[in-house]
Amino acid sequence: MLALLFLVLGLGLIAWVTARMRAARFGGTGTARAHSLPAYHGWYVGLWTALPALIFLGIWATVSPGLITQAVLATPAAADLPAFGMERSAILSEARALANGSIQTAFNPQANALAPAYAQAITKYGVIGTILALVLAFAGGAYAFTRIKPDFRARTRVERLVMAALLVASLVAILTTVGIVASLLFESVRFFSMVSPVEFLFGTKWSPPASNMPASSGAFGAIPLFWGTIFIGAIIAMLVAIPLGLMSAIYLTQYAKPSTRSWMKPILEILAGVPTVVYGYFAALTVAPALRDFAVSIGISGASSESALAAGIVMGVMIIPFVSSMADDSIAAVPQAMRDGSLAMGATPSETIRKVLLPAALPGVVGGVLLAVSRAIGETMIVVMAAGLAANMTANPFASVTTVTTQIVQLLTGDQEFDSAKTLAAFALGLVLFVITLLLNIVALRVVKKYREAYE
Amino acid sequence: MEQMTEKSKMTARNVSVFYGDKRAIDNVSIDVDMENVTAFIGPSGCGKSTFLRTLNRMNDTVASARVEGEITLDGEDIYASSMDVVQLRARVGMVFQKPNPFPKSIYENVAYGPRIHGLASNKADMDVIVEQSLRKAGLWDEVKDRLSDSGTALSGGQQQRLCIARAIAVDPEVILMDEPCSALDPIATAKIEELIHELRGRYAIVIVTHNMQQAARVSQRTAFFHLGNLVEYGETSEIFTNPRQERTKDYITGRYG
Repeated sequence: MLALLFLVLGLGLIAWVTARMRAARFGGTGTARAHSLPAYHGWYVGLWTALPALIFLGIWATVSPGLITQAVLATPAAADLPAFGMERSAILSEARALANGSIQTAFNPQANALAPAYAQAITKYGVIGTILALVLAFAGGAYAFTRIKPDFRARTRVERLVMAALLVASLVAILTTVGIVASLLFESVRFFSMVSPVEFLFGTKWSPPASNMPASSGAFGAIPLFWGTIFIGAIIAMLVAIPLGLMSAIYLTQYAKPSTRSWMKPILEILAGVPTVVYGYFAALTVAPALRDFAVSIGISGASSESALAAGIVMGVMIIPFVSSMADDSIAAVPQAMRDGSLAMGATPSETIRKVLLPAALPGVVGGVLLAVSRAIGETMIVVMAAGLAANMTANPFASVTTVTTQIVQLLTGDQEFDSAKTLAAFALGLVLFVITLLLNIVALRVVKKYREAYE
Repeated sequence: MEQMTEKSKMTARNVSVFYGDKRAIDNVSIDVDMENVTAFIGPSGCGKSTFLRTLNRMNDTVASARVEGEITLDGEDIYASSMDVVQLRARVGMVFQKPNPFPKSIYENVAYGPRIHGLASNKADMDVIVEQSLRKAGLWDEVKDRLSDSGTALSGGQQQRLCIARAIAVDPEVILMDEPCSALDPIATAKIEELIHELRGRYAIVIVTHNMQQAARVSQRTAFFHLGNLVEYGETSEIFTNPRQERTKDYITGRYG
């Protein structure tokens, strides 16, 4: 297969060189000049040679295993296979591995009987695929080669293909998103056929049953998870990130000398590049125990070694650069004339910031904060490591709470039945999280956009 | 000369301004008094705006700017370390080239300065300051019914008069205007010029302008700047009808600039 791939690419290269040489002989000057440069003719023919064959190979690679299996099943040796289930597919995959030569002996004797049939079918379809690919390559190349004439618009055609390639690239991301949303929706619907949406969205007790138990033996009230998520991501983390981020943005834009700013801002941005798992163990191993000891020493009961506060503070630190850079951008976007106007009235720099710059930059700052919240509530590693698993409905920041993301991890790790209510609950939680962050992002982007228009 | 300093509101002696190593203003001496409107004219980049901004130390906001020489307000050196720049700017107000009302209501725009300087002890006092300032700026009748509307929703000319009202509200002694009409249409320009006439005598007014007709219309004294030098300074009528310097004459007659 790999050899065939290189063969097709090699043919494309040869076609490129030949076509280019031929086009180079067109010559001519002024209006008699060829429409496109020789290189474009080369690309045109080369692409016609390689592309259809490559696309065919891609399709063939997905279709041929099915054809091979069917051919094997049609042989008499396959007649005494078990009709359904795991054993049948285990035997088939062993036989395939034998035929490939990736294993020497099979565990199941029936596989040995099927192996020659497999080998035969693999060879047969391999030859068919090779011939078809080469035919396509030559046919495409020949068709394109006959079309190159001085007035042929090879350049336009190649440009069109470039555009198509760019379009495909951007569609990949969009289609992936659509696929993810579809899978979330599909699995959530299955979950809601077992557990009522009302209980899920408004229930206050969260104790998923073991995976071999029926859904009714547990409780799927997700309110404690939503509360934990909001408590950590939207309250504690923001209490840390908003003041610190905003003040650092004000310092950097209004007070810092260019030389100070030039080293301070990059370092602040490095904070955004620290892997979240590192923040996670920092929160779990350093911050959380210190906070517990502190809480115990001042006599707060219910202090746990995993606490909402530890996770929230570290998460807040993590998103400082995020808030700070959004605030930085929106403060910098306030016209200098506004600042001068205030200073010329005899306002001090801090009065100018409080009374003119911040109000004018507020929509941008709010947008940045909303984006930061949506990031914080989707954040996983820190809360998994530092927040705990107990689904508590508590406002005590020293107690352990759990979040949506933590529970998703919890529900999906370990041995799980894929169709149990417990596993499917993860998709429903994922869907809720997705909808919330999507709404936050939409609102935030609207606010930011509206604000930007105001100064143009 | 001594007598002139006596009644001068602001004096500049041998003032040079540098941006980094570049000399933007070279050894300028000038006096500004209460009775006369002083116009600074000259081609683009001649340093007239730079010099204007040294008079209330707005150049302090430019990190690379450096001022040499002496500038006084009522005989007090404004670059002395004892001078509070916040107080200085309350006494020497400024109106900018482009109207720059704050994104607040008309009322709040005018009340901004009095509020930060604590000029009004209660709402009634503030109402009086706002009304008087808007009246002096000739804007009261146009906006008295919509003081809570945003200042940025006014027309360009109204915005500029709002900025003048804002500057007047802190009761300054000097008002600096940096090409206040360059972003306005002729009708709005005429209103601002009329306003300058009315304000003359109550405040020492310095106006930078590109427009020589405007300088001739609104000012009694004119200073002609060229390449960072003060070429000629005197009675406006003298400068425009009988300039002593060849360069001034060339500029006035449109030979360059």
